Amino acid sequence: MIEQKYPSRLGVHHATLERLTRELRRLGWCECDIFGVQMAIEESISNAIRHGNGQDESKRVLFRCKVDTQEFWAEVCDEGFGFNPSQMPDPTSPENIEAPGGRGLMLIRAYMSDVYYNDVGNCVTMVKRSSSAGCD
Amino acid sequence: MEGACPFPGLDELVTEMSIYRRVQIAESGDVTVVKFVDRKILDEVNIQELGQELFKLVEQDNRQKVILNFSNVEFLSSAALGKLITFEKKVRKNSAILILTNIRPEIYEVFAITRLNKLFAIKNDEADALATM
Repeated sequence: MIEQKYPSRLGVHHATLERLTRELRRLGWCECDIFGVQMAIEESISNAIRHGNGQDESKRVLFRCKVDTQEFWAEVCDEGFGFNPSQMPDPTSPENIEAPGGRGLMLIRAYMSDVYYNDVGNCVTMVKRSSSAGCD
Repeated sequence: MEGACPFPGLDELVTEMSIYRRVQIAESGDVTVVKFVDRKILDEVNIQELGQELFKLVEQDNRQKVILNFSNVEFLSSAALGKLITFEKKVRKNSAILILTNIRPEIYEVFAITRLNKLFAIKNDEADALATM
């Protein structure tokens, strides 16, 4: 289990992300699954830093993850007030397609097998099961 | 004059080269071909620099035809996508043309998931893009 507490500074998690990528390769995960895990971690932690904690470095982002040959599990929590993920605007709608932000959640959901939020909305749990047949 | 650069144009070339840290620029006729220096575009500072360098191409240098070659790009975050969207708006505002090329399948999937493959003009490679410009 990896467990890290980050100050809310963008990019602070990148060394851990690299370490996790190497571990996934060592465990035999295929590259497209690894790409999806990288995307989910990058977007969830960046969201926690930017939106959850408002880039206030005195606030922490808690990142926990464990991985084996079959499954990746991660939890990202911030110290913010949370949000309602079901009320997020659709970034692909005509009125939002040209907005510079708002796509992180969509990407997390696209690449993960399961995504859960706690009731407050300041913790996200992500699970990815490795592609049994390998990547395309 | 003593101390002057013996190679005409070199000062300007060196200055231009030092402006770009996140992209490599090449010219193909009147088309500007841009490649990314970073294989993974996710660092916030780098993304900000990338944006400034791209915006400069159209807003200051008035390039009218730009190809963004993604052959080096292995990963990009949604923040990088946001910067590209802003760049596309500036291109349109300047009545210029922008085409993305050489996008790896896993990167193209990111564009497809977010439906940005409908916003950007995308071609397989530079030759295809140049043929339409």
